[in-house]
Amino acid sequence: MRKLALSDEILLSIQQPARYIGGEVNMCIKDPKNVSIRFAMCFPDVYDIGMSHLGIQILYHMFNSRKDTYCERVYSPWMDLDPIMRNQNIPLFALESQDPIKNFDFLGITLQYEMCYTNVLQILELSQIPIHAAERDETMPIVIGGGPCAYNPEPLADFFDLFYIGEGETVYHQLLDRYKENKKANGTRKQFLELAAEIPGIYVPSFYDVEYHPDGTIKNFSPNHPNAKATITKELVIDLDQADYIDKPLVPYIKVTQDRVVLEIMRGCIRGCRFCQAGYIYRPMREKGLDYLKAYAIKLLKSTGHEEISLSSLSSSDYTQLEELIQFLITEFKGKGVNISLPSLRIDAFSLDVMSKVQDVKKSSLTFAPEAGSQRLRDVINKGLTEEDILNGAAQAFHGGWNRVKLYFMLGLPTETREDMEGIALLSEKVAETYYDEIPKEQRHGKVQVVASSSFFVPKPFTPFQWARMCTKEEFIERANIVRQKFREMLNRKSLKYNWHEAELTVLEGVLARGDRRIGAVIEEAYHNGACFDSWSEYFNNEIWMKAFEACGVPIDFYTTRERHLDEIFPWDFIDSGVSKEFLKRQWLQAIEGQVTPNCRMQCAGCGSIKFKGGVCCEGKN
Amino acid sequence: MKVRIKFSKEGNAKFIGHLDVMRYFQKVMRRAEISIRYSGGFSPHQIMSFAAPLGVGITSRGEYFDIEVDDTENLSTIKKRMNQTMAEGFHIESCRRLPDSAGNAMSIVAAARYTITFRPGYEPDTTNGFQGTKQWMEQLEAFYKQDFIRITKKTKKGMKELDLKPLIYEFSSNGSSACMVISTGSAENIKPELILDAFYQYIGKERPPFAFQIQREEVYAWKNGKLVSLEALGEEHE
Repeated sequence: MRKLALSDEILLSIQQPARYIGGEVNMCIKDPKNVSIRFAMCFPDVYDIGMSHLGIQILYHMFNSRKDTYCERVYSPWMDLDPIMRNQNIPLFALESQDPIKNFDFLGITLQYEMCYTNVLQILELSQIPIHAAERDETMPIVIGGGPCAYNPEPLADFFDLFYIGEGETVYHQLLDRYKENKKANGTRKQFLELAAEIPGIYVPSFYDVEYHPDGTIKNFSPNHPNAKATITKELVIDLDQADYIDKPLVPYIKVTQDRVVLEIMRGCIRGCRFCQAGYIYRPMREKGLDYLKAYAIKLLKSTGHEEISLSSLSSSDYTQLEELIQFLITEFKGKGVNISLPSLRIDAFSLDVMSKVQDVKKSSLTFAPEAGSQRLRDVINKGLTEEDILNGAAQAFHGGWNRVKLYFMLGLPTETREDMEGIALLSEKVAETYYDEIPKEQRHGKVQVVASSSFFVPKPFTPFQWARMCTKEEFIERANIVRQKFREMLNRKSLKYNWHEAELTVLEGVLARGDRRIGAVIEEAYHNGACFDSWSEYFNNEIWMKAFEACGVPIDFYTTRERHLDEIFPWDFIDSGVSKEFLKRQWLQAIEGQVTPNCRMQCAGCGSIKFKGGVCCEGKN
Repeated sequence: MKVRIKFSKEGNAKFIGHLDVMRYFQKVMRRAEISIRYSGGFSPHQIMSFAAPLGVGITSRGEYFDIEVDDTENLSTIKKRMNQTMAEGFHIESCRRLPDSAGNAMSIVAAARYTITFRPGYEPDTTNGFQGTKQWMEQLEAFYKQDFIRITKKTKKGMKELDLKPLIYEFSSNGSSACMVISTGSAENIKPELILDAFYQYIGKERPPFAFQIQREEVYAWKNGKLVSLEALGEEHE
């Protein structure tokens, strides 16, 4: 039996002790004495969220397939355990061996959303590792950041030894090999960072200096070390069928968010929605082969015993062999008590047909993501979904027996007018009208339910909207009120419901998303004053953050509402995501004009990703 | 056919709650490719009935659930197949075929046997008002020998007066641990902690939290006026 890091007394006095004991099905067990590299892989949020993340499972499998490496997991201790660990001086530990993280060689932290940044500091502090990379000694783990937020690593530059930019399957092996060599040669921490800096995709923040203009914008960003590259090009897998994928995913005991087999069918997206960071940083869109996916579907269901399989991608409808894949899943698994879940499908005759086969129509709802209320604004954001598409899709769905529809919107998009905002209510109303027009009274199963939700728009790096001004909290709330007011005027208002997200949190997310190195001090100040689990509404405390900005003398407007000049050097400009800044600039100017750009399959827009020689850029060309 | 499965839950698995244990075994069925039967309807679920929920923190050598499998299922390999896919702390002890007329595990549970020991570091001594574990056990024995053990028990309808004595079917102690068979199940569900609470009330003290490690040893049903283990109601096939 593995000895646990926490005593029975502690485990029996906190919620969900199973979060901290490991021992799940398919957990990797190795004798730490027999490996030369110990890697702690961290998702800086509670276990239930972290265990639902596919990327960590892929890397866990990949690292542990190396004989010389033992990769273990660590998640954020929940707020009931956090004070106990501090009071009793218990160092944060890995779930597998239950050994303290501070004795590991690496601590890899995935950065999936900005609001986890204070949790990164919690992980470091509970691990008893100095928060600042500069203060870590030779015995401490190398702290690596990765994931989508690493595309603008600057707000976290002080806290990480290095960042891995791009997809993990490629140069991690090189990085671990260099580490081993350096260790063997009795090299220092600094010497390892020097070796790492030469590996493609690896960014060592301490090897770069930033100079600012008097107005606060960046004057110069350049390496201060000969090994450091001026530009870091993101890493990506060209042929996904050749890449490592999990064959035995961990199966948690407790019910986590993603309690099912997740089958990644492709990476990237051809759509080019101008607000969507994932749509740009994962370019070019690359599909996995049908035979590969069939084999994995069988293997993963067998090795986990899950009762559900879900397809994962940014836009499953664009997968060229989707029909064959879904047909296979239905034939193979439907009779065996396995549910098939198909998120991110475009609503059309085909998808309605398969959905009626795999789910209970009466219990499920349909989701559309028009993102904006008017056609004009949908053109601005390049969301190629028309009102006709939505109403036709809804009509077909109503005939198919559905009577619940969810609509997702964003508020605060560039160029947004009152008309666009009110369009959210008008479009929702039209969906409700479609139900009453299309379905005769005697065939209706009660009222139609249309639930519209709006989130507030956050401009993200590496999108055409990286130049956009972001709204203030007051502007966001005012816009939500305009929409709410319009909903009240609708004839079918009793069939409509409107929700909107938290505005304060959005503003903060906006600062962190486009932040620079000066934001690090604010994160640290907020953390020291109690900010943690900011993505959890029960723990988010805006006041702490506002005070932190004030204490650090960092103005929020500089990062949010300021109009950015087209030639401004952004903190993330040293990263090459494959999509050129010139392309993004053209897209930004076209957006303001309301000009749409066709998707990658229809016509290449010249974003620059063709240099990777893969995926959709090369479709039909070999 | 109906099959009764007996499993143990020891070590770190004691921290897994009852609902999670049920989900765990649903996945075991699929990994071990057991031909378990499903209910009808749009979202079918496995036909699986657990005997008696076990509290978090308690270990067990005698947990039970019943399943229905296809008649073609190979009963001689079912235990092995499940044990090949067990996680740490769980072990399948036996798989037995039940007569078709057998009542399901949950409905027939009548009693359970528990062993109570002190968690290391919590042994009674002069610092907490006792003269060692042996003397503590003697006091427990004296408590058990009373004619009546009256307590008030919280129920859904409020407080209820109850005599525990007739619900303790067996009691013994060996100086370092105590063993008892107590009424369990739908008729009168007594938890070992309730007996400990009554004992501490009897000696005029508060039950110290975390002091005891409780282990369930076996679960019983009534048969011809006698308590028999649930597995004894099934037929061996190995």
